[in-house]
Amino acid sequence: MNSQSVIETGGQVATLTHLQRLEAESIQIMREVVATADNPVMLYSVGKDSACMLHLAKKAFYPAPPPFPLLHVDTTWKFRAMYELRDRAAAEAGMELIVHHNPEAMEKGINPFDHGSLHTDMWKTDGLKQALSKYNFDVAFGGARRDEEKSRAKERVFSFRSANHRWDPKNQRPELWKLYNTRKGKGESIRVFPLSNWTELDIWQYIHLENIDIVPLYFSEPRPVVERDGLLIMVDDERFRLREGEQPVMKSVRFRTLGCYPLTGAVESTARTLPEVIQEMLLTTTSERQGRAIDHDQSASMEKKKQEGYF
Amino acid sequence: MNHEMKDPVYVTDALIAEDIDAYLLKHQHKTMLRFITCGSVDDGKSTLIGRLLYDSKMIFEDQLASLENDSKNVGTQGGEIDFALLVDGLAAEREQGITIDVAYRFFATDKRKFIVADTPGHEQYTRNMVTGASTADLAVILIDARQGVLTQTRRHSYLVNLLGIKNVVLAVNKMDLVDYSAERFYDIVADYSHFAKQIGMDSFLPIPISGLKGDNIVSHSDNMHWYQGPTLLGHLEQAPVNDAQMQDHPFRMAVQWVNRPNLDFRGFAGQIGAGVVRPGGAIRVLPSGKTTTVKSIVTFDGDLDQAVAGQSVTLTFADEIDCSRGDVIVQSDQPCEVADQFEATLVWMAEQEMLPGRPYLLKIGTQTVTATVTEPKYEVNVNTLEHLASKTLGLNAIGVVNISTDRPIPFEAYAQNPDLGGFILIDRMTNATVAAGMIHFALRRSQNIHWQALDVNREAHAALKNQKPAVVWFTGLSGSGKSTIANIVEKKLHALGKHTFLLDGDNIRHGLNRDLGFTDADRVENIRRVGEVAKLMTDAGLIVLTAFISPFRSERQMVRDLMAPGEFVEVFVDTPLEVAEARDVKGLYKKARSGQLKNFTGIDSPYEQPQQAEITVNTVDLTPEDAAERIVQYVLTRMS
Repeated sequence: MNSQSVIETGGQVATLTHLQRLEAESIQIMREVVATADNPVMLYSVGKDSACMLHLAKKAFYPAPPPFPLLHVDTTWKFRAMYELRDRAAAEAGMELIVHHNPEAMEKGINPFDHGSLHTDMWKTDGLKQALSKYNFDVAFGGARRDEEKSRAKERVFSFRSANHRWDPKNQRPELWKLYNTRKGKGESIRVFPLSNWTELDIWQYIHLENIDIVPLYFSEPRPVVERDGLLIMVDDERFRLREGEQPVMKSVRFRTLGCYPLTGAVESTARTLPEVIQEMLLTTTSERQGRAIDHDQSASMEKKKQEGYF
Repeated sequence: MNHEMKDPVYVTDALIAEDIDAYLLKHQHKTMLRFITCGSVDDGKSTLIGRLLYDSKMIFEDQLASLENDSKNVGTQGGEIDFALLVDGLAAEREQGITIDVAYRFFATDKRKFIVADTPGHEQYTRNMVTGASTADLAVILIDARQGVLTQTRRHSYLVNLLGIKNVVLAVNKMDLVDYSAERFYDIVADYSHFAKQIGMDSFLPIPISGLKGDNIVSHSDNMHWYQGPTLLGHLEQAPVNDAQMQDHPFRMAVQWVNRPNLDFRGFAGQIGAGVVRPGGAIRVLPSGKTTTVKSIVTFDGDLDQAVAGQSVTLTFADEIDCSRGDVIVQSDQPCEVADQFEATLVWMAEQEMLPGRPYLLKIGTQTVTATVTEPKYEVNVNTLEHLASKTLGLNAIGVVNISTDRPIPFEAYAQNPDLGGFILIDRMTNATVAAGMIHFALRRSQNIHWQALDVNREAHAALKNQKPAVVWFTGLSGSGKSTIANIVEKKLHALGKHTFLLDGDNIRHGLNRDLGFTDADRVENIRRVGEVAKLMTDAGLIVLTAFISPFRSERQMVRDLMAPGEFVEVFVDTPLEVAEARDVKGLYKKARSGQLKNFTGIDSPYEQPQQAEITVNTVDLTPEDAAERIVQYVLTRMS
């Protein structure tokens, strides 16, 4: 945010805007980590929240590049456009990019068509734990927000994990003022969520204001899709297994959330610019996670996943 | 759908559909207010928050569907929409029907974004409320109009005031259940005014509302024409925020991180805690006191002409002066104080009680130091506000203590500047955050004690004796053989011409420490004093041998930290409990087993074994003579 927008009442006491305040808080959190961690890393999932978090990291450490690597825990099933942005964004930020594939999932050919929830468990949950252990990362930034889901409303900014990466909701430290207790025992690690207090609208607005590069899949375009179990799934490459009678059709669609392409539902849309996307978001009536297959079952399912180590 | 629900007012911003760019421009200039709601489930707190979320269109259709579903299954409103269910998060809490943690909720209007800290109301959750209040610009204290000012209202108000929240709304809720009676409302307000004065709360704004029915939440109630003040949301939209209020204060910024990407750039990164800074401004770095001027305010978006409280920036200086993480950059002509002893209020947040004399880590601003806490001057009964005498503080207890830090720190009174007056205490072994604290003032004595620069220093003392001073610290169970072995070690060293001194229970407990008993707190103090005495003796050049059970790791670590590196030699006299008990030289185990002796280590008081002792002697396999010889060899080797 530029200097002109800081003082709006000329000489009078100025109140920072909500985005300025959120930005300042996120930067403070990131610097606190870098000043106290042994070996921090930023989890980068190529979505809009990751894009926002990476942008904030560039601001926090400017003129130095962010002093930690990016880690992408990959499933090999992301959209092609995501891989393109990932490599470009890391290079532009001057950061090392570490891509981790769970070797066991690789060997067994775990995929979203045959393996159901095992796909997420092995590639993402296990893969993340493997990568953190392999590189000895003691602190990992994640892009989760408190407004995403009910159990996250109580998540701390600094969230402690035991040596086997488990989250114990009863044993989290109180966070007072902006005094984060960053100390940890041997083998323990911390997940840090600098975007905790941002909402989905804040993220979009910030991306718009700061002109942040995001995956074009967020904007509407004619794309080949099939309708399956009530979701519109994009046929992004030749690995997609068409069921009997299924025939990809071109529809103007976009994505509100990005994950593995065979598991991510598109919405029909005409929003081709960021303001149009925001407009559509404000006028629609379903919450963000609806597009993901993971937590439909029961309200408390995300809390369970988190205890097991899913981000 | 509940027929009593009014149309949400903030949904239908026509701009969204008509001119999204204009809408975005408007929203980009929104400010943000953080507030806390205090009250119990019975006061309708969750219902009120649910109502605010609903009225500001923060509930999506799918959430509403699941809410309607949940309301039928587990709701408490007889199948009607139970707003409280929107707000209660963790699964365990939903089952118990109470909130037990701090949850943060978000909603926005055209003018503001809001972050609500939703905390539980019961006394056992005082720490959660204090946590939520620490970041709040404003507090909404809920009262059930039928109940009036209750004990818990007083507790919540006391805590809100303690945490320095200046903007307080007294929301008299459930007005629908008292026939919207003006008389009832004013009675409660009068009652509360009286109490507010007692605790030193300067002002508050009373609003009569009904969270369930929506009266005076967004728009003025048709049921209470006698009330002309602002609606709840109307007030939330214009109340001042802390950062803006801190701009009038002299400039302060704690340095978080030094940015040194290359030899040509050295910047000091931090979030401005108070005041305004401009290039050319004269500043001072504390505690060193060095002065210079600000050369530039560097950000990713270009250098700034000025920056204000709340912004995260990077400053460069005109001169190369020392400045690192933990230092505080202040306005040169209006610096803050620096001291190492304070009076402060503590809110205890851990299951294990506070141990006076035990070293804790204290984090304030961006620095972490070691600190010890005295016995409380008094503890506050949060319900009656009475001052009680107390030896310690347990979970959720609030008390006033003196604190001393191992080095001077820049600070300000919490009431003036929470950013440099609020701190947390961390347990050094478990790393748990055990307390929140608020500094009142520095103790006069911390400014008056100056270190006497000694001409005959510790090196001179040691050189004259031709030895390297050390503390050989024996630890182990009662009857493990500490004193026996220490005695032999001293004889051997003495025979070799070394200057030694043995401190043990006999010469310490009967003199210096005869005022101490055997509670955990007294054991900590006992070891602290022994440690300080041993330190003075090493300054005098002696080899000090100590023989104390010293059951806790924290205190042994404290003594280790007092000494110069390498001067502390921990000897673990490793004797199994059965063996020590079988020996029972002094007959103490027998007494402890029969209950005549309380707090006996190994029986009803814990012993924490050393994890990295320099020497471990196993008295089952080694004779005292052999054990002593090993220790003597170690001491001689480290001297050569």
